[in-house]
Formats: sequence, C-alpha cells, structure tokens
Amino acid sequence: MSRLVFSRLLQAIPTLWVIATLTFFMTRFAPGGPFDSEKAIPEEIKVKLESHFGLDRPLFDQYALYLQNLLRGDLGPSFKYPEWEVSELIATAFPVSLTLGVLSFIIALLIGIPGGMIAALKRNTWMDYLPMGLSMAGVCLPTFVLGPLLIFAFSTQLALFPPLGWYGGSDWVLPSLTLGLFYAAYIARLTRAGMLETLQQDYIRTARAKGASSWRILTKHAARGGLLPVVTFLGPAFAGLISGSFVIESIFFIPGLGKFFVTAAFNRDYTMVLGTVLFYATLIICLNLIVDLIQAWLDPKARQFK
Amino acid sequence: MNPENSSSLGKDAWLRLRANRMAMVSLFILLAIGLLSLFGPMLSSNAFDQQNLDRIFESPNGTYLFGTDNLGRDLFARTTYGGRISLSVGLLATLVSLIIGVTYGMISGYAGGRVDAWMMRMVDVLYSLPFIIFVILLMVMFGRNFLLLFLAIGAVEWLTMARITRAQTLNLKKAEFIEAARALGFSHTRILFRHLLPNLIGPIIVYATLTVPAVMLLEAVLSFLGLGVQAPMSSWGSLIKEGAEKMDAAPWLLLFPGSFFCLTLFSLNFLGDGLRDALDPKSSED
Repeated sequence: MSRLVFSRLLQAIPTLWVIATLTFFMTRFAPGGPFDSEKAIPEEIKVKLESHFGLDRPLFDQYALYLQNLLRGDLGPSFKYPEWEVSELIATAFPVSLTLGVLSFIIALLIGIPGGMIAALKRNTWMDYLPMGLSMAGVCLPTFVLGPLLIFAFSTQLALFPPLGWYGGSDWVLPSLTLGLFYAAYIARLTRAGMLETLQQDYIRTARAKGASSWRILTKHAARGGLLPVVTFLGPAFAGLISGSFVIESIFFIPGLGKFFVTAAFNRDYTMVLGTVLFYATLIICLNLIVDLIQAWLDPKARQFK
Repeated sequence: MNPENSSSLGKDAWLRLRANRMAMVSLFILLAIGLLSLFGPMLSSNAFDQQNLDRIFESPNGTYLFGTDNLGRDLFARTTYGGRISLSVGLLATLVSLIIGVTYGMISGYAGGRVDAWMMRMVDVLYSLPFIIFVILLMVMFGRNFLLLFLAIGAVEWLTMARITRAQTLNLKKAEFIEAARALGFSHTRILFRHLLPNLIGPIIVYATLTVPAVMLLEAVLSFLGLGVQAPMSSWGSLIKEGAEKMDAAPWLLLFPGSFFCLTLFSLNFLGDGLRDALDPKSSED
C-alpha cells in the first residue's frame, strides 16, 4: 500500500512539470498579453508593467524563474490584480467550488447507490424500470439543460429557491441538485450492473444458504464487489465534477474557481491561469490516488497486482 | 469475435439489431434529425442569421415553426443549422479520436513488451489530467476556431479508444491468421492495417457510437460557456445557452434546441448499446 502511494507521488512530479511547461508556453504563445486591455494604457506604462513582472526578459529566463518560484511553492502575484497573490485568489474561490462539489457528490451517492441497488434486487419489475428509465433520461439531460429547467420550476414558478447567487444555504440547493442528479444517474446505472453481476456469484449463494438476512447480504457481502464499478467511475467523475462546476458556476452565477479560471484565461492573466491549472492537476492526481486506494481496499485482486 | 464467421458477421449483427426495438427507434430518430439538419436550413424561408426586428419573441406559429428569438431570427432555421454544426463537430471529432486512438492502441498492443508498457503508462498519466481545462484554455487563448474546436475535442477523447483497441489487439495478435501473415513475410504495417484492423471494426464502431454523444456534450459545454461557435452561427449548445437566458420570456427558445440535443444523445446511447449487443452478443448483460 505504501509502495503504491510512494510510486504515485514520485510519478506526480514529472506529470506536474509537464503540465506546468505545457501551460506556460501555451499561454505565452497565445496572441495577446495581460496588459492589452481595451482601455488602451499609455505605452510607457505598459512597458513599465511588463518589466515589473519580468515579461520583457527572454522567454526561457521567465520560464526558469517561474519554475524556481514554483519549487518554493510560490505561484506569484496575479497580473490582473497585482495586489493579490495567486494562492490567495485560489484560497478565496476554491472553497466555493469545493462546497458545490461535495454537496453534489453526496446527492449523487445518496440517490444513485440506493436507486441502483433497488433496481438490481427487483430486476425486471417496475422498481427496476422506473429508476433506470429516469437515469437514462438523467444521463442524456445535460446539466445546462437541467439547470435552467430547475430554475424555471423551483424559482420562477414555485419561488422556493433563489435562481442565482451563493450567499446562504438556500442558494446551494439548486446548483448542487443540478450537478448531483447528473452523476446520480450514472452511479445508479453502474451500481445496478455491478450488483447484478455480484448477486450471481457463488459466495452470495453460500451466504444465503447460511441463513444471512437479505439486508446483510446486500450491505455486507454484495456491496463490496458490486460497488467496484462505481469506485472505478469515481476518478473520471471527479474530473467531470470540475468541468461540471464550470458550467454550474456559469448558470447560477457562483463565484467559484471555474469562473475565476475562465476569466483569467480571457484576461491573459498568465500566473493565475498557470496557478489554477497546477492546482486542479494536483487535486486530480490526489483524488485519483485516493480512488485507487479505495479500490485496493475493496478488491483483494487489485491489491495483489499492485 | 471469431475470424471464421466474419463473412456473415455483418448480416448477423444487422438481424440482431433489427430485433432490438429501442435501437431501431433510435436509428430512425437519428436519421430524421440528421435529414432535418441537412435540409432544414434550405426548407426554411428565412436564413438562420436573418434578423427581423418587427417579429421578435414570437411563439411558434405557421410562419415560424419554432418561433423567433430576441432579434426576430427564425428558431427553426437556427436549430436545424445548429444541428449541422453540432453533428458535424460530433462526427469529425470522433473521427479524429478514432484515428489517434486506434493507431496508438494497435501499435501498443502489437508491439507488446516494454514499448506497450510505456505507451499504456502514458495513457494512464494522460487520463489523470484535467483535459477540459486545456481545451478551455486552447479555445480562449487561440480564438474560437471551428477547426481547432474539433481537433482539441478529438485529441482529448482518444484515450479510451486506445485502451479498447489495445486489449483487442492483444487478443488477436496470437491468432493463427496473424501468424500466417507473418510467416508469409508481410510487413508490420500491412499486417496491422490489412489483417488486424478489419477484425477490430466491431468494438471500434460500438465505441465510436458512444464517443459521438460524449463529444457533442463537450462541444455543447464549450458553446454554453461562450467558447464554442459564435453568433450569428449557431450550435445546439449555444442555442441552449441563449434559450436558458431568455427562458422566462420565451420558453420555446430552450425547449426546441434542448429537445433536439437530448433526443440525439438519448438515441446515440441506445443505438450504441444496441450495436454492442448486436456485434458482440457475449458482452450483453441480460
């Protein structure tokens, strides 16, 4: 187990370096710069700003300097908001995205897993068809269609929840529901497929023969194997939650990291773009590692191979 | 898939597919949407970008089948024209991902050994990258170019295709007909493309059918964020965005493009499932 963690952390270093390099040169080769705004700044101020941030130096020097600072954990100041450090901006915006992500994830698991389990147990009855039909619809109803529909129903018509903003608990409901329902649909399908396969295994029959209650069989014996596909899906799901949060933040006007990132890219805020990309990459690498650990814990076979 | 019955595989698969009612319904829906997208903009008397400020926000009626938007543009023309864009992005980006993924997977599986291990290691590493972020970055920084759009999407979606192709290649590589081809002294390229590739077509078609909706979803997300195609051009994603903004005044602006988009995704997914059952009966669940 510790070998897995160690090798993954070792592997993360070159990965992050490649990402940093790629993003660095991509941003620099893109047309436009951070100080080419529509309100034309006087030329001498622009030159001064650029020399202040070291943008007048050779590209490779800038790159070397950036990597040096990076090694010390310094992401540098934002070009667009020079009084802010990039890390400070991320620290302000990320908790918002994190809350949205965690809430959606809880909703997805709470709806998806029981839904899929019931469907697998009551296979080919209406208790199977109803959740599976709904989940098929859920998979095909993207968040940017579902979100406006939920706003229309619960905000415009019923006036239950506010349509946008991120100030208090009631603002959280519609965004997390929109993102959560989409993943609930996926998780329900995966749970059903996994459970159906596991319930046919010999050890389930053995447990049943030993007189274990069907509740115990479900939660203790079948859940372990049956939920494996769901756990495998968690890796892509985390990455998906991030891109999903971009859309949700844009629908509901939520000041999360996704919105900051898109704005930074539009503004050519080089350090902010790089910082956010590296932050997301680190996050995904860590989450993938956690997923692998859970997988190894659930599946003894995967443990042996690693 | 057995090489022995490959001659009748297509026919068998078609028979099995025809027996699958959901898949056939999906196929007809897709054909209908495809034809509408192809000919719709021509059938409509108004061009997709023609503004008519006297007739803004009209609900669906005889002249404007799907109603009009805030600039008096014909939503029927815009939706069908958007279909052209969305479907062609879906198909072209899938083609890009197929070419990259299949070539990569075949080489990796066929080469085997250390080359294979390294190539797959790289796929694993790429899997863990936040690709959507790179696509967004590309679109924002280098302008919203149609060509760039599907190249970027295609370059992101090839990873799973490579894995599937590699697994299939590993299985087939030891088959006698490959050995025979090698004994005859054929070049590797010839064995790969003339002998191996035709036997991989089944899983490739199935996965391609499932890639198209994923790609279309990504395009729609980009358009929704304002990074995809730009007005006055339209895609389903950008129309849904406009519709969502003006939902209270004119719900049909969301309803029509949204239904077209969801129906297409729905049908593609069902058709993909159906094709999987038809082409590889062993893998079907029930």
